[in-house]
Amino acid sequence: MSDPILDITGLTKVYAGGLKALDNVDLKIQQGEIFALLGPNGAGKTTLIGAVCGLVRPTSGTITAFGHDMRKHWRSARSRIGLVPQELSTDMFETVIRAVSYSRGLFGYPPDSARIEEVLRSLSLWDKRNEKIMALSGGMKRRVLIAKALSHEPDLLFLDEPTAGVDVELRRDMWALIEQMRQRGTTIILTTHYIEEAEEMADRVGVIRNGKILMVDDKHAMMTRLGRTEARIALAAPLDAIPPALQSFPIELIEDGREICYRGGDGTGKGRAEVADLTKALIAAGIDYVGIDVRESSLEDIFVGLVAEQEAQ
Amino acid sequence: MMHFNLRGAWSIYVRELMRALRTAFQSILSPVLTTSLYFIVFGSAIGDRMPDLGGVEYGAFIVPGLLLLTLLSESTSNASFGIYMPRFTGTIYELLSAPVGVAETLVGFVGAAATKSLILAAIILSTATLFVDYHIAHPVLAACYIMLVAASFSLFGFILGVWADNFEKLGIIPMLILMPLTFLGGTFYSIDMLPEPWDTVALANPIVYLVNGLRWTFYGSSDVSIGLSFGLTLGFLALCVTVIAIIFKTGWRLRD
Repeated sequence: MSDPILDITGLTKVYAGGLKALDNVDLKIQQGEIFALLGPNGAGKTTLIGAVCGLVRPTSGTITAFGHDMRKHWRSARSRIGLVPQELSTDMFETVIRAVSYSRGLFGYPPDSARIEEVLRSLSLWDKRNEKIMALSGGMKRRVLIAKALSHEPDLLFLDEPTAGVDVELRRDMWALIEQMRQRGTTIILTTHYIEEAEEMADRVGVIRNGKILMVDDKHAMMTRLGRTEARIALAAPLDAIPPALQSFPIELIEDGREICYRGGDGTGKGRAEVADLTKALIAAGIDYVGIDVRESSLEDIFVGLVAEQEAQ
Repeated sequence: MMHFNLRGAWSIYVRELMRALRTAFQSILSPVLTTSLYFIVFGSAIGDRMPDLGGVEYGAFIVPGLLLLTLLSESTSNASFGIYMPRFTGTIYELLSAPVGVAETLVGFVGAAATKSLILAAIILSTATLFVDYHIAHPVLAACYIMLVAASFSLFGFILGVWADNFEKLGIIPMLILMPLTFLGGTFYSIDMLPEPWDTVALANPIVYLVNGLRWTFYGSSDVSIGLSFGLTLGFLALCVTVIAIIFKTGWRLRD
């Protein structure tokens, strides 16, 4: 495996009030991947991004980007990093094109009107280029923030809750844009509350809680390892107890015996096969049913499970 | 390896100057109008009834002081607003995440604030010719001194803009300290005109040295030593640079 584009080791951040926002975080990000950082509010997601981007001063630990220690070579590293913040923070009195051109210059790149036009067109902002940002809708302002972050063609892009508060159409547009950037080789780290977003786009997923990384894994591997199948079988007649012929299955009676609930499998399809066996066993046992609802656990289920597990500890 | 982000500094500089143009009435017309009113009232109306001071007509005598009054207030407010507004609106995130450090920030924000003050100084000096007759004995030194004062107080304004956490604090130092000290610093009079012990007390006011430094470059005479005036101004500039370097090193009020 090649050297990581971002290597975080033992990163800890304790704020002045004593809050430990990051607790000995280790994280490696490979070039070209899309990494989704999931976690509830206050988990430390934004602090982690802030520490890499220079908004937060780490208490201890090291951050290496592009093979260089960011404490020593921060200018060079930052010129290759883009950040889209969570808050809609823009210069309201500036026009769109000036704001985006300014960002490119701020990061040390020469003016490039073709690049600016390309970015604005890709975000459907070209027609609004001469409008003041204050006149734009919330969704459009978020597009401006993305355009500013992309103006200097970053190799590593941080998206902090990129689709928070935006409509479905814009969310889909952003997913498409992120996919385009992946194809260009841009490494993307995003934080999100929308698990479906991570499920849709990410190659790897990290779960953070109380400043600690609980798990980092390939999205598919995580779903395979922690995924489950849940099936609900509505019975034609309620049962008082699970018949002995079915006791080898991981099932329970719910809804006053009117339904059988199966929870099992491992995210590889084993669960579905077992549900099929269960239905055959039901017929063999003379138990009639009137409906079956089968679903695989989502990343959200896994995330909720992990967080609940940590809370229980 | 990038050691100084020239384009970054230039981008900040141009953007700050454009901000002044966007608010031309507040940034340029308003101070010019105010200074013109001072010239009309003190220079033309009252000045004709005042005796010459050190061989200089009263109307001409107040030109350096009025110029300094504008320089101090405009340099301070331009630079303080320049850095406070990004903090207030949250756009500071971009500056902090960009490859710009203390050097680029100073060149950008402080350079732009000082440039605006110098443009304003040139406009005010031109405007003054409409109301009073004055000459500049040491034009090169006067230009250097004006630049030095503009840079020093732009640095001071930058510190204020970082320190302030609300609009009231942003205005409190210029209004309650800088403005009174400037009025009491010999803008409209020579400290020789003050009775004992106020002429001695006045020497504790640092603005006295600034006003007299600039007045010396205009008319070749002043109440205090020109060397002391230049020395104190340079010392103030060095102090402000040091404070700003510490702010960036510690991240005080900028980084969490």
